[in-house]
Amino acid sequence: MENLPLLVPLVILVPALGALINFFFGAKLEEKWSGYIGCFASILSFIISLLLLTYVTGTNGGAAVVNPPFVDGWLRIESIGLEIGWQQRVDSLSVTMMLVVTGVGSLIHLYARGYMYGDKWVPRFFAYLNMFLAFMLILVTANNFLMLFVGWEGVGLCSFLLIGFWWDKKMPEGWKNSNAARKAFIVNRIGDFGLLMAMFMIFWTFGTLDFYKAGELPNAEAKYLVHWREHNGLLAHDEEAEAGAAGDEHDKTYKCAPAGADGHADDAHSDDGQAASNPLADDIRARYCDNQHFDTELLGVFGQTTELFGTGETVDFGSFQLAFDDVILLIALFVLLGVTGKSAQIPLFVWLPDAMAGPTPVSALIHAATMVTAGVFILVRSNVFLWELNHGGYVIGLVITLVGAGTALMAGYIALGQWDIKRVLAYSTISQLGFMVAAVGIGAYVAAMFHLVTHAVFKALLFLGSGSVIHGVEHGHHHAHEHSHGGGHADEADFDAQDMRNMGGLRKRMPITYITYLIGTLALAGIFPFAGFWSKDEILADAWFEGFELNELSGFIAFGVLLVAAAFTAFYMWRQIVLVFLDDPRSEAAEQAPESNGAMLVPLLVLALFSIIIGFINVPKSTPIFTGIYETYEFKYFLEHSLVSVSRGHSLDFNLSIAGIALVLGIASILVANRVYKGKGLASGQRDVLEDGGASRLLFRLANARLYWDEFYAAVIEQPFNRLAAFLADRIDWDFLHNYFHDSLIKRGFDTIGELLSKPFDLGIVDGTVNGLGIFVQRAADWMRRSQTGYVRLYAVILFVGVVAVIILMVTPFIQTLLAGGA
Amino acid sequence: MDVTGLSLTTITLFTPMIGLAILLFMNGETHKANLKWVAFATSLVTFVASVVMWINFDPSSPGLQMVQRNTWAEVSLGDSVINVSYFVGVDGISMLLVLLTTFIMPISILGSFGSHIFEERGREKLYYIFLMLLEWSMIGVFVVHDLIIFYVFWEVTLVPMYFLIGIWGSEERIYAAVKFFLYTMAGSILMLIAILYVGNRSGTFSTYSAGGDVGVIERVQSWEGAGTYWDAVDPEADGDEAGFLFNSVESWLFLGFLVAFAIKVPIFPFHSWLPDAHVQAPTAGSVILAGVLLKMGTYGIVRFNLNLFPEATVAWAPTIAFLGVVGIIYGAWVSYAQDNVKKLVAYSSVSHLGFVVLGIFALNAQGLQGATLQMVNHGISTGGLFLIVGMLYERWHTKEMADYGGVWKAMPLFGAISLVISLSSMGLPGLNGFIGEFTILLGSLGSEFLGFAFTLIATLGVIMAAVYLLKMFQHVFMGELKKPLSSDDGYKLTWSEKAAFIPIIIMIFWIGIQPIVFFNLLDVSVDSIVALFVR
Repeated sequence: MENLPLLVPLVILVPALGALINFFFGAKLEEKWSGYIGCFASILSFIISLLLLTYVTGTNGGAAVVNPPFVDGWLRIESIGLEIGWQQRVDSLSVTMMLVVTGVGSLIHLYARGYMYGDKWVPRFFAYLNMFLAFMLILVTANNFLMLFVGWEGVGLCSFLLIGFWWDKKMPEGWKNSNAARKAFIVNRIGDFGLLMAMFMIFWTFGTLDFYKAGELPNAEAKYLVHWREHNGLLAHDEEAEAGAAGDEHDKTYKCAPAGADGHADDAHSDDGQAASNPLADDIRARYCDNQHFDTELLGVFGQTTELFGTGETVDFGSFQLAFDDVILLIALFVLLGVTGKSAQIPLFVWLPDAMAGPTPVSALIHAATMVTAGVFILVRSNVFLWELNHGGYVIGLVITLVGAGTALMAGYIALGQWDIKRVLAYSTISQLGFMVAAVGIGAYVAAMFHLVTHAVFKALLFLGSGSVIHGVEHGHHHAHEHSHGGGHADEADFDAQDMRNMGGLRKRMPITYITYLIGTLALAGIFPFAGFWSKDEILADAWFEGFELNELSGFIAFGVLLVAAAFTAFYMWRQIVLVFLDDPRSEAAEQAPESNGAMLVPLLVLALFSIIIGFINVPKSTPIFTGIYETYEFKYFLEHSLVSVSRGHSLDFNLSIAGIALVLGIASILVANRVYKGKGLASGQRDVLEDGGASRLLFRLANARLYWDEFYAAVIEQPFNRLAAFLADRIDWDFLHNYFHDSLIKRGFDTIGELLSKPFDLGIVDGTVNGLGIFVQRAADWMRRSQTGYVRLYAVILFVGVVAVIILMVTPFIQTLLAGGA
Repeated sequence: MDVTGLSLTTITLFTPMIGLAILLFMNGETHKANLKWVAFATSLVTFVASVVMWINFDPSSPGLQMVQRNTWAEVSLGDSVINVSYFVGVDGISMLLVLLTTFIMPISILGSFGSHIFEERGREKLYYIFLMLLEWSMIGVFVVHDLIIFYVFWEVTLVPMYFLIGIWGSEERIYAAVKFFLYTMAGSILMLIAILYVGNRSGTFSTYSAGGDVGVIERVQSWEGAGTYWDAVDPEADGDEAGFLFNSVESWLFLGFLVAFAIKVPIFPFHSWLPDAHVQAPTAGSVILAGVLLKMGTYGIVRFNLNLFPEATVAWAPTIAFLGVVGIIYGAWVSYAQDNVKKLVAYSSVSHLGFVVLGIFALNAQGLQGATLQMVNHGISTGGLFLIVGMLYERWHTKEMADYGGVWKAMPLFGAISLVISLSSMGLPGLNGFIGEFTILLGSLGSEFLGFAFTLIATLGVIMAAVYLLKMFQHVFMGELKKPLSSDDGYKLTWSEKAAFIPIIIMIFWIGIQPIVFFNLLDVSVDSIVALFVR
């Protein structure tokens, strides 16, 4: 059991190997074999994650830090004690993420075998997917910020490659795909800037980037010590032995005895030798007994934060000093910037809708279930920062709540007005990520993670379902065209297999896709008893508690805004069901769409099953009926070992009125959507029903235009950026510095002066001056003579340098004053 | 310490000269096919020699190793007679840059195999002779520790590069070659004046101590009298600290050296020669220029400015670091606006070397170690990028981005390699570029001399790097193939092209995943410099 965490490097290694095999031998493999290798690697990784789960549950929330073999550290500068290792962490939080990534990931791999069938780049596709898994697992198992950042950028790279996977399609679509890929990478880089700044500050504040050192746990005050003692193999054994032999009193004295005192106990367990001489253990033991503050150098980032926050420490950054608490605030804000990039929050969410250019399994895996949740994950991982800040009177919680809730509402609203089946889901994903971020904002870390898990399942289901629909409609379209005679080519170019107006009535043609899609929709809409009901309800209940019981502004905001967003969710999802599956087919393609093959349907069925049951992992206390059947708050008790606190409102009894409000609102939205869209039969190019009405017309158009975010960014950032680039490159650098300053001003000016001088004065004088500069210059001048105006230019340039030097000298005092003032 | 015997440093330094001698005696017409092999073999032997040096190098011992010192000439300056000596040896920083030089050289020779320029311009023998001369002089710059000899090597590097650009360059090669020569020369003259002053006042041109002579650096650093060493040797020093920047000898000497190095690096706004030289140079020229020659500037700053003029360094640090930060952003922005692939890569050097300058003037261990490693990283990544551009040009005979597109589809392996090198250049973690940039920025935030804004703005450069490199990658490698080649064979990479990429890719991953080896090499040497700036 204790040795199980040593398997964690394999979780990364297996998909990495899968990727390498497909990269190097993919071209020689049969298509099905690249699929098998990809799926096998993913499933194997899932099995290892399950083993790690048994470790965490078996040790009652134990955590382990693992140094992978073969790589001896990473970034290490010995003289200054900079030491950042390739180090992994197995705890309940990382195991949760591993299970989501590899579990959902495996199903999507299986599905992709069917979806990508016949594509000429199948090996490359599976190589990228496996590579993505490897990076994502680096991200979630990292034990320090820098290794997390490797995963963070690595998944960004895979996202870039997979969004642009079809860049070789005909113009302009291929170009659009590669544009989307580039946009995703660059927008994410803006977020990465935040994370980088956070890391620099963390290093100078804590001297380390490690989350926790081996044996540490995050709980508040001295708790992590107790946990350390409990979960350290040797100590636990010793204490049991001691307690059994001599009872409680002796046990107490033992705790304060130095490490080597219990000679017999050490001997008895010498096979666990590595912990026996742990300096951390000795130090903690000593300080624990003396009731002192711990030597913070022995703790990771979060342990130190717990120790130092609020003590009035200052942090020295060399040229400036900041109060410790303020530094933590800055770090949290920089991290938040990173989160808005990766988890697609305001203001950096704009890349995600475009990212739908990638193949649908990619959208399901990367842009719905896993990668985009990395931001929520890092916030939950950094919960110590947020918790301390919130308790220290900083409003960081409110800021995060505003970002999350605002995103949830905005994206939910935009989703109401979209025609593209995947685009609706994309905005829905942004909106649901907003729910999670808002949950972190109000301190409901468990609820955020719970929603992350359930959302991963049912949003993957919905994306894969939409892939099945698109696949079917495309096939139906080709089928319809084989039977029509001539003149169909122009039509083919115009046909959009993702426009919901080209669909309708698919429930008859694709029954299994329909049923599973319906389950996913109900889960997302938060209808009882599907998964989304439980997780969304928990966020709302927590928000209500924060607001109405504890009078926190963030709680009020989150509760009110998220409730509206939830109503939007139910509405746009039911609109989708009506347009895609109900009514009659509105195009030939939809009439002839075939049901997808088994390779695609089996993952849909499995995900549908989990969309129903996954919510039961965290049933609230005293829920009618359910409490008797399921363990209550099981997920919370599992996760709390990775969190600083799950106190406050986060272990509430089931609140019937909140659940009731949310449920009634959801059902009402569905009914309204049904009434609005059922039987209207919107065909291709037709206007939306809402667009006909007076008041709703403007609202629909705004949603349809996506609130002009893209246009806004193009006008405010992109175009000025490009114009300034052109100005700097053409006017400043080329015309002025290169042509005017050098070629015209300096060269021509001194050609003239040189000519004037060379006539009245003997050339010998000039030569003499040159000689006076020394033999080396003369040698150089010899070289110069080979070009026509050699040494005239030489002097020209000397003078040029002089001029530049004078300019710099004149400007320098100002700059230095400015800089001194700034620092 | 044996200071007169034939040291490993000397052997490595003069190996290229043996190749040069062999080439001189070969008949350029009858042995045409063998010329490149002689050059390649020589560069490989030089590389092996430098690796032997590396194996013999003890990273834990401070000071120079594998030293050789012979008196070469006596110069009388004014009343005093000063020895000029052949004084070579390496510390960690020199060692790393020698390795970079000998590593880049065989790659750039491989990159010249089968190039079309010889069909057009001929003179293959001369070409390889210049490459050998270049390698000799570049290694010389990194290993000599006598100011006069340093200056000689520094100037000699100009000659082969001048002809490489001037003879085998593109259309405007003469203009570019002359401009390159004059720009660098102009700066060097200021350095020469500073060198002569230093030698005259201190009585020695040796920078380090050897064989009983006390080097200038030690004299400066162990000075215990009033004021600084330079105040003491300057008869007119008034000790007025208020006007230090422009009234002190030390400050002017600092600037004399700095201008020479700043032009070489190039630090904004001295970069105007760079796009011309890079764009016009043949592939091997660009690779060496970006890979090694620019590093001579940053090396010079670390070796001479920091060691000889610590007071002036501190006084000037914010200003120079500010220029570095401006270079990061300006270089990236201008690079983004280019339509010419080679120019885009050329300007990216301004941005990348801005990071190096920032790291140096952070004046702490993180900054300096990161900066030194980043010199190597930039050599590998940007050298690789110029190889890519060269291979594209060999096939399509254009440097305009608009003429490309879809190259990845036609040349899948080449596309994948180019992606890795581009990613390394934009600092993707796990690859080499990231290690350097991260350490530099880490150093800059904790620097005692630079404020928060330096790091904040410089880090924005990380975003910009993605912007311009992805622009290049998308336009060249993605989209539709605009100009299919006449024969499909043209799409295949030749063995020499593959062979040139393999070591680059290996180094990209090696430094990215296990940089410890290289940091170890630098640790002690950098420490001795940082010790000057601990307040």
